[in-house]
Amino acid sequence: MIGYLVRRLATAIPTLLLVSIAVFALIRLIPGDPVQLMLGDSADPQSVAALRMQYGLDQPMPVQFGLWLSKIATGDFGQSITTGQPVLPLMIARFQVSAVIVLVAVALAALISVPGGLIAAWRQNKLTDVAIVASATLLLSLPSFWLGLLLLLLFGLKLGWLPVIGYVPFSESPGAALVYLVLPIATLTLIEIGVITRMSRAAAIEVLRLEYVTHARAKGVPEAGVLARHVLPNAFAPTWTLIGLILGNLLGGIAVIETVFTLPGFGRLMVDAIFARDYPIVQGCLLFTAVIYVMVNLVVDLCYPLFDPRVTAE
Amino acid sequence: MSQPRFRLGLNGLIGIVLIGTLLIAAIVAAFWTPYDPLALQLRMRLKPPSAAHWFGTDEFGRDVLSRAMAGASASFLISFLTVVFAITVGTALGVVTGYLRGWTDRILMMGNDALLAFPGILLALSLMVVMGANRHGVIIALGIAYTPSVVRVVRGTVLSLREKEFVEASRMIGNSDLYSMFRHILPNALAPVAVLATSMFGWTLLAESSLSFLGLGVPPPAPTWGNMLAAARPHLESSVWLGLVPGICIALTMLGINLLGDALRDRFDPRMTSA
Repeated sequence: MIGYLVRRLATAIPTLLLVSIAVFALIRLIPGDPVQLMLGDSADPQSVAALRMQYGLDQPMPVQFGLWLSKIATGDFGQSITTGQPVLPLMIARFQVSAVIVLVAVALAALISVPGGLIAAWRQNKLTDVAIVASATLLLSLPSFWLGLLLLLLFGLKLGWLPVIGYVPFSESPGAALVYLVLPIATLTLIEIGVITRMSRAAAIEVLRLEYVTHARAKGVPEAGVLARHVLPNAFAPTWTLIGLILGNLLGGIAVIETVFTLPGFGRLMVDAIFARDYPIVQGCLLFTAVIYVMVNLVVDLCYPLFDPRVTAE
Repeated sequence: MSQPRFRLGLNGLIGIVLIGTLLIAAIVAAFWTPYDPLALQLRMRLKPPSAAHWFGTDEFGRDVLSRAMAGASASFLISFLTVVFAITVGTALGVVTGYLRGWTDRILMMGNDALLAFPGILLALSLMVVMGANRHGVIIALGIAYTPSVVRVVRGTVLSLREKEFVEASRMIGNSDLYSMFRHILPNALAPVAVLATSMFGWTLLAESSLSFLGLGVPPPAPTWGNMLAAARPHLESSVWLGLVPGICIALTMLGINLLGDALRDRFDPRMTSA
């Protein structure tokens, strides 16, 4: 188990190294001098030269990369150009907002969709199945930001049940924070229900055809028992992998949701940084996401044996 | 799966009808729209749907139907070119890495996996920094973001194909690697690529809309469904149609693509369910 963990972590290192080279190169691809870009056109030559020294931009490229990477390894992602705040604490604060939304939404979606997909598979081609598949496909086809806008319009503007704009951090008041997070979480939950239900149904259909299910039925196990004890555990494994992928992809897709609900989340941080040409933040966000993405996949892989005992972590 | 044929056929048909209708609207919009989608008419601001303006007018008095049609043109063209870019580059790289294997394969796949370590939309976002927010920027950024998944799929198919007898026979009779690759392997790797391309058209359309919605895609005043929704935000309560029209357009396109994609997958890979 430990050995596997070490080996898995080792395979992530070349990937992350390549990602960091790509992120480093990306900023150099932008036409123009990075220092000029950072300071603006009106900067005097002295401060340009000083900043060049500070960032080591007078050094050759590989040296620059080494310097940059060794700083990042110690947690120094530099400072925001616009506000001067250190990038890492800023990213962590904003990431917490997005992480709460994404984790709660995916957990809720899984709780609804896994049984939903199972029931659809069990009633395959019956009315229940057609209804479930149709709703899932419909949900899958809705753009998340449009669904968010519609919910905002209905519950925020027309009915006035929930606030339209604003945010309270969890650390200040969990209850108040929840009020602001209900709509974004509901939006993402609905969208993800579409994806997970279809996956769960497909996996359950595969399992339902297997001989041990027939055997369990022949033995006289009641249908509920067959589904809960024999089909569900075996059908859940592929769905679990999909959930890992969704978690990673949502990090990228959360920006639109945060824009709709004006939440100070990670996606918004990056989009605002792109608009402000705040390159240290853009670089930091890209690296941060890649690390999280790799870690989420690692955790998903490590948990896999819990759901499918035939797969061992070795 | 063992779904009755007529249902698969019906779903695929609905998909084709949906996409076909929107595609016709997009093509027509390239030559003619009821009004000029960019013409301002300040006396006609925020008018609800009427006989003259079927989908109403927006905050500058522009005809929403004309803008939705022009938006279809823009979105479909961008998505189509992006898919063509990703499929062409991805298939070429996939065939080469899968066929040659060895160091070429290892190095290319290492770069490929590094790109796959980002969520596609985020990679596109960051490439937009370099490209700038415009039509070409969106196509290149999204194209690069989606190429790695094509490389993966094609390489996988090629790896199994290259061991087949007919490819070996081609090598035996002295055909060059390049000839074997493109004459014998490529045509047989196209079915999974076609299925992938259909879904990818949907991802691209959604990603393009998201980017435009964030203000990082095609810049206004040129209409896309995404930037129409972004512009509608402040007027949602008083002018619901502004939020409904572009959203319904995106949703119907996505529904069409999902239905068609499912049907194609069932057709080409009978083992897979419509998941």
